[in-house]
Amino acid sequence: MRFANILHLGIKELRGLARDPMLLVLIAYAFTLAIYTASKAMPETLNRAPIAIVDEDQSPLSSRIVTAFYPPFFTVPQLISQPEMDRRMDSGMDTFALDIPPNFQRDLLAGRSPTIQLNIDATRMSQAFTGGGYVQSIVSGEVSEFLDRYRAETVLPVNLDLRARFNPELNKGWFGAITDVISSITMLSIILTGAALIREREHGTIEHLLVMPVKPFEIMMSKVWSMGLVVLVASGLSLVLVVQGLLSVPTHGSALLFMTGAALDIFAMTCLGIFLATIAGSMPQFGLLLMMVLLPLQLLSGGVTPRESMPWIIQAIMFAAPNTHFVILAQAVLFRGAGLDVVWPQLAALLAIGTGLFAFSLRRFRQFLK
Amino acid sequence: MSAWPSATASLPSQPVARLEGVGHSYGRARALDGITLDIPAGCMVGLIGPDGVGKSSLLSLIAGARAIQQGRIEVLGGNMADVRHRQITYPRIAYMPQGLGKNLYPTLSVFDNIDFFGRLFGHSRDERERRIGELLQSTGLAPFTARQAGKLSGGMKQKLGLCCALIHDPDLLILDEPTTGVDPLSRRQFWELIDQIRRGRPGMSVIVATAYMEEAARFDWLIAMDGGRVLASGSPSELLERTGAPDLDEAFIALLPQERRDGYQQVVIPPRPVGTDGEAAIEAEHLTMRFGDFTAVDDVSFRIERGEIFGFLGSNGCGKTTTMKMLTGLLQASEGKARLFGREIDPNDIEVRRRVGYMSQGFSLYSELTVRQNLELHARLFGMAPDAIPQRIAEMAQRFDLAGHMDALPDALPLGIRQRLSLAVAMIHSPDILILDEPTSGVDPVARDGFWQILSELSRKQNVTIFVSTHFMNEAERCDRVSLMHAGRVLVTDTPAMIVQNRAAPTLEEAFIRYLESAAGAKETASPDAGTEPGRPAGTPEGWTKHPREKRGNRFFDPRRMFAYTRREALELLHDPIRATLAIVGTLVLMLVVGYGINMDVENMTFAVLDHDDTAISRDYVQQIAGSRYFTEKAPISDYADLDRRMEDGELSLAIEIPPGFGRDLARGRNVTIGAWIDGAMPTRAETVRGYVQGMHAGWLAQKAREIYGDAATVGNFQLAIRYRYNPDVRSLDAIVPAVIPMLLLLIPSMLAVLSVVREKELGSIINFYVTPVTRFEFLLGKQIPYVVLAMLNFLLLTAFAIFIFGVPFTGSFATFAAAAFLYVIVTTGMGLLLSTFMSSQIAAIFGTALATMIPASQYSGMIDPVSSLQGVGAFIGQIYPTTYFVIISRGAFSKALGFDDLSSAFLPLLIAIPVLLGLGAALLRKQAR
Repeated sequence: MRFANILHLGIKELRGLARDPMLLVLIAYAFTLAIYTASKAMPETLNRAPIAIVDEDQSPLSSRIVTAFYPPFFTVPQLISQPEMDRRMDSGMDTFALDIPPNFQRDLLAGRSPTIQLNIDATRMSQAFTGGGYVQSIVSGEVSEFLDRYRAETVLPVNLDLRARFNPELNKGWFGAITDVISSITMLSIILTGAALIREREHGTIEHLLVMPVKPFEIMMSKVWSMGLVVLVASGLSLVLVVQGLLSVPTHGSALLFMTGAALDIFAMTCLGIFLATIAGSMPQFGLLLMMVLLPLQLLSGGVTPRESMPWIIQAIMFAAPNTHFVILAQAVLFRGAGLDVVWPQLAALLAIGTGLFAFSLRRFRQFLK
Repeated sequence: MSAWPSATASLPSQPVARLEGVGHSYGRARALDGITLDIPAGCMVGLIGPDGVGKSSLLSLIAGARAIQQGRIEVLGGNMADVRHRQITYPRIAYMPQGLGKNLYPTLSVFDNIDFFGRLFGHSRDERERRIGELLQSTGLAPFTARQAGKLSGGMKQKLGLCCALIHDPDLLILDEPTTGVDPLSRRQFWELIDQIRRGRPGMSVIVATAYMEEAARFDWLIAMDGGRVLASGSPSELLERTGAPDLDEAFIALLPQERRDGYQQVVIPPRPVGTDGEAAIEAEHLTMRFGDFTAVDDVSFRIERGEIFGFLGSNGCGKTTTMKMLTGLLQASEGKARLFGREIDPNDIEVRRRVGYMSQGFSLYSELTVRQNLELHARLFGMAPDAIPQRIAEMAQRFDLAGHMDALPDALPLGIRQRLSLAVAMIHSPDILILDEPTSGVDPVARDGFWQILSELSRKQNVTIFVSTHFMNEAERCDRVSLMHAGRVLVTDTPAMIVQNRAAPTLEEAFIRYLESAAGAKETASPDAGTEPGRPAGTPEGWTKHPREKRGNRFFDPRRMFAYTRREALELLHDPIRATLAIVGTLVLMLVVGYGINMDVENMTFAVLDHDDTAISRDYVQQIAGSRYFTEKAPISDYADLDRRMEDGELSLAIEIPPGFGRDLARGRNVTIGAWIDGAMPTRAETVRGYVQGMHAGWLAQKAREIYGDAATVGNFQLAIRYRYNPDVRSLDAIVPAVIPMLLLLIPSMLAVLSVVREKELGSIINFYVTPVTRFEFLLGKQIPYVVLAMLNFLLLTAFAIFIFGVPFTGSFATFAAAAFLYVIVTTGMGLLLSTFMSSQIAAIFGTALATMIPASQYSGMIDPVSSLQGVGAFIGQIYPTTYFVIISRGAFSKALGFDDLSSAFLPLLIAIPVLLGLGAALLRKQAR
């Protein structure tokens, strides 16, 4: 093994990349615009949820409830009649339909404990979950304010002081931005190395390398370091300029620790890129393969939905994916300010997975060259 | 026999094609410039000149495959710029593009290939079978009817291409380099076949492009081209007479403008000094290479001396490249040994590689590096001392005449200079052996001779051993010794002169053919189904006579032509494992991933308590949370440091702090506050946790209030009865899966549809659409049908998966759902076809389609947030995007127990989308290349 070869071949890769405008644009886009827009466009949990109200009471209280719903959380309520309700919900026009029964205010004041019916279209999970809670608290709030003048104190004086740590406003953009950086790292590490290898093969240059005093290990290593370096630098810049700068997401922990994790993750992902390229016969097949690999890696790594809610079998499989550990590490370091003492298991796991993938890909790569 | 006048010898007055001021550019590159020409009818016309002079562009313009940019082209008495003339002329022209089997479908059988063309020209079943039978008989392909086209030898591929071209009895046959890369025997058989066809159909005009001057000498009329211009035209004897050259090669060089001929000199290779034999540079003993059950190289032995120029002669795929790769150590031989300078070749032996320079077929240097960077990289990789490199590079630049191009990118250089660069790179480390694989293919005669001049010097002056493969006979004649190779075997190894003498042949080519014939004869008796076609004489001329032209289908729409594409597309799909797997397995895998990935259920969240009070009532409060299925309690928190640490490393999603004296204060009615911290790193999860905690807190309070205050607590109380409709258990899967089906039925079918068209563009078989009477609608619909069928299969699989694996209840009308799915997949495949009109490479098609489908389908189509909640552009896209409506239908059918009457309004947009997409697709699809 000669380090000089690895160095020169790597420099060659960098020069090649510099002459490929498509890939450069892709890198720039993935680490800037994609992160910025995705983070900005991340909708609030409840955004203009369509609601309709059947007001059979027509009392001061019921109109008070009707006026309590307004944008941006809800649309301005549609006042409808009971027969319309089912039809509108069937055709998906409303997510929520609130039915205030006749004589609601009278019954309430008489202590007859009347019932308001809230219909929720539970096929719309995102709104159904959080929206249901909102509707409930809005109605309760209006009713209790209305009642304040009428009733004696019967409520226990226990307050719940609920705070969200690390992201007090539960701003989705923060988390989204980091998840997107990780997605971009995953995607580009695989695409850049995979495409670099396939391009060499399609142009026949790989054969040229093999008749020279160069070993497969050196060829693979050169692609891993050069493309990995590009992704690492780009992600570092993106973290500082886009995430911390433009989006002003406050991050806590050590940037160095995060970048160490990123480097290990990139190492593992570039090896995966080499592996995929050895399976795919051509660029188009590589593209199809990529679709099948990237989506699971991103959706199931815990960056989009919590790992705890996935079936154990998927959790177990995804434990072997580098992203899973990197997502845990990134959350801990950037949001919770965790140090090495906390995240060392993730670093160890990344190193182990990376080494394993490297050994495996190198074997595949050698066979592929034969 | 024929209604056509015999016009073989004398040129009729009416030309078959008339060109006036024709010009053509690709971007800034000028391919054709001011061509004015009459091409005589009823004879063999040859277009000669090296690669890249515009021959192919000219032929594709004449065939109507390419749109005319400049000038006027009349073919068969009409203007080719006129759509209506083209439409009636397509059935009279046959066009075989350049490249072995370029317009064939490699995974289809011989019969299916010809059958496809028959269908394109609207022949009935009987007529097709009769014609195919005759064609296969006459070309000698009959024994291979069921073989896949991709597995035929080069010569057979070209014969098959000819069958496909001739099925419709053309009046004009256009062949673009039909014999390039084909062995001499197959080449000869090919021309015999053409002669026979012409005897049977004397009125047919044939235009051929060729790089082989020997072939061109037999044609009736020649057009010599260079740099996009016509140098000269006339009969071969006229051209020879005009230039006073002994053969056409020389004549062509003489016709070149002066500046192109500058520095040209006849290659003269001095004879090798006698008595040098001794050290063997390359030795091969019984080399054999097998790939599976295919033997690429069969028992090859030779010995090459130091300083010798050794030629390897043979057709494409005969094993030349494989042998060379074994010698360089790129491939490990299955059997036998090879030695370089007495040392056995070991692929792991790095040292021996320093003594070899290798130049692979075609240009294979880094096109993203400049000439200098290429040289530098190779010098470094060969481990040359860094301070010696600049001098060596300067030396090579001067030697190979590259000095003026050092900072240019290779793609910007002409082929001849690129070949010199390849050679310079192969020579950078001063190797003793050069292995050159077809270094001159595609290079013009002047540059080719210059290249050989360098080889001569290397061999004679520096004693470099040169092992070179070629399929040019005049190059073979310059070698010290040559090996004739065919179908993996070496037929003979000797000096060119001895080979000619041994077979008593007039030329080396003739000698080669005789060797091939005897080899083929021997093989035929040994194994009738060997890789090479038997050298049997082809059928009778009667087979080629013109058939009465059957009345063909409607000009605008003929179901036969449409189903020709359907049938072929379906066959191809069945033979392509990657695409077929993606289509079936891919959707299921993605469904699994998305079903679980976009999971909103939050369960088993971890929490722990810092209980300063630790009384019955505080434990009761904690029990309220611990008892729910949403939370799992962890070991109690000991202090604030513990709380911080455990939240930082993500162990706890929720921490509860109960203040000291909680129970006491509560009993006294004092205000108490319970603290709760949620891990906000993941906001969606935090929000759900917050909802749960608030709910449980309120529940606990109400319960306690009832315990303490009794009925008084219910005064002013009301119930909010929540009905989770359509999904009473509020299962995430029940909500997500019915929306995932529309997304997957968009993503995969549209991508397959895009690829089906773009693949043809990239591989070149789209040319069949350009030059046959198929209309745009027939092409698009024909391609769409198999993917609609496949997508419906996907639909059934996905629905079954949803119901039986994910356990999502199906409550509505399946018939309605299936009918909507059918319309929807027509829409999604139609979107794919529409997208395909913009894309030209498969990789762009994959990413482009993913971009155009994934985001709108997942973000704007009501999968997560309903369309009515969207604003701005998102809302607009959501309203016009077809997925929106199928999501409504899918959810209605799955969860809302709806039937057709309830969902009919969502059918309308789908019904409108179908004609709109197809119309746009047809309008934007080009019937000609640009």
